[in-house]
Amino acid sequence: MTTLVLDRGLERLVAADQVPLSRVTRVELRKMFDTRSGFWLMASIVIAALLSTVGTILFAPDADLTYYTFAKAIGFPMTVILPMIAVLAITGEWSQRSGLTTFTLVPRRRRVVLAKVIASVTVGVASMLFALATGVAGNLVGTAIAGVDLVWDVSFAHGVNIVLGSLLCLLTGTMLGILFRSSPVALVAYFVYSLLLPTVSGLLAASKEWFHDLRPWVDLNFAQSALFEGSLTGEQWAHVAVSATIWVVLPALVGLRLVMTSEVK
Amino acid sequence: MITIESLSKKYGSRTVVDGISFAARPGRVTGFLGPNGAGKSTSMRMMVGLTRPTSGDVTISGRRFADLPNPGLEVGVMLDASAQHAGRTGREILGIAQQLIGLPARRVPEMLELVSLTETESNRRVGGYSLGMRQRLGIAVALIGGPSVLILDEPANGLDPAGIRWMRDLLRGYADGGGTVLLSSHLLHEIEVIADDIVMIGQGRIVAQGSKAELLQAAGTVVRARNMAALARALHESGLTTTTLPDGALRADADPAVVGLVARESGIALTELRTAGGGLEDMFLQLTADTQREGKAA
Repeated sequence: MTTLVLDRGLERLVAADQVPLSRVTRVELRKMFDTRSGFWLMASIVIAALLSTVGTILFAPDADLTYYTFAKAIGFPMTVILPMIAVLAITGEWSQRSGLTTFTLVPRRRRVVLAKVIASVTVGVASMLFALATGVAGNLVGTAIAGVDLVWDVSFAHGVNIVLGSLLCLLTGTMLGILFRSSPVALVAYFVYSLLLPTVSGLLAASKEWFHDLRPWVDLNFAQSALFEGSLTGEQWAHVAVSATIWVVLPALVGLRLVMTSEVK
Repeated sequence: MITIESLSKKYGSRTVVDGISFAARPGRVTGFLGPNGAGKSTSMRMMVGLTRPTSGDVTISGRRFADLPNPGLEVGVMLDASAQHAGRTGREILGIAQQLIGLPARRVPEMLELVSLTETESNRRVGGYSLGMRQRLGIAVALIGGPSVLILDEPANGLDPAGIRWMRDLLRGYADGGGTVLLSSHLLHEIEVIADDIVMIGQGRIVAQGSKAELLQAAGTVVRARNMAALARALHESGLTTTTLPDGALRADADPAVVGLVARESGIALTELRTAGGGLEDMFLQLTADTQREGKAA
């Protein structure tokens, strides 16, 4: 028994190098799937994509049965589910207190956070590719049933933009997770941010002249919506870059600072 | 080897850990003893980098915890057995640690066997585990990397008597094999039974530390004779301090051997001579009386 416990052979067997980022990332990906809630959250991506496709086939007017209609219908639930996945990937360490183990096995917290971001983005990209592929199938089946012509009205560049837009939603979730380190607070914050803020911003833009021109630079929801519509002008890209810096990058850096110094209890 | 030097933690103006220094040595079980709220858990979190010390240093085998490249191979940590995602199975939690440290997969079943978690139990979610099962799983996670240092916060909590015996034998064997064990407890009996060295803490300060033998000796001697007045005089003449106990016996701050010798040289026949009190418990209560919550209320 003693040899099992004090297994000095293990140190020779395992390189005593730093725990590499790739390994932490693989473990973080594993942790996103290995609980019942995590599994169903992932499954909800597939379920939502399929339901949206069926719904579009059943309820969309025949004239609207184009690929863009499918992509939009499937893309919308993704912008809700992906941020939740990103939030929980971060906050679980604090809310479920598993961080006590995680951060003692990998004391470099920045590496753990980076691994979580990579794992979340991987899931996000895979989900969006799945969603777009489901849209292709939906378009093929839907138009065949309705007997209308196939319309592929989403260019490759537009498709890439849709994926980017969804990833921005996901990264907003990551940012809120890092900033608040609490599942309920971060989730509520996300819905305030994505549902309440655009309304306030829209009202302000309608009533105040000065905000109308400023809005695309400071309202990420607004700037980001262009990504789902099609191709962007240079100025629109600048809007996305500036507003994403304000709403995602800067708060994430503040949050990272808090993660580094906060106590893990 | 764990070396702690002038470790302090303040939250605002409140000092939770106040300049503690001690070492936990290889081959020995060091018991970190103190009443609830004494600063044990905060100290342990500082040792493994989960809480930033306000001042002071901790080194493990000569290095700061944050500088250990793959800490799981060198330090086994269990700070709270319940701090796991309730939705994961015990086997999965071990699997995550095994993968993160980069260990061969065989370590998972080996550890499950070591801590006596059955196949069925290991495939259940830890949300349904008893505290005792969580402690066993926590020990398995701590030991999976084959570390030479163990840091365990209240590991005996929630274990039944057989579990406590098991834990004691496991840690004894581990220390005898050259490992360093630091474990905390507010259960005096548990520490007294298992520890070689004891560090006693109250209100963030170390109130006593040393080997168990030394500390027991420091508790003094209870002595009684037919002629109590002559005994007291003889002890005082030999330079020993005494206090009179409620039942009329004297408690002398010396080894029983010294007290016996003094009595013989003075020609006093003793009727009783023994180590004072019930061991560490008396000393623990005595040392922490002014720092304990109960003490304040009284």
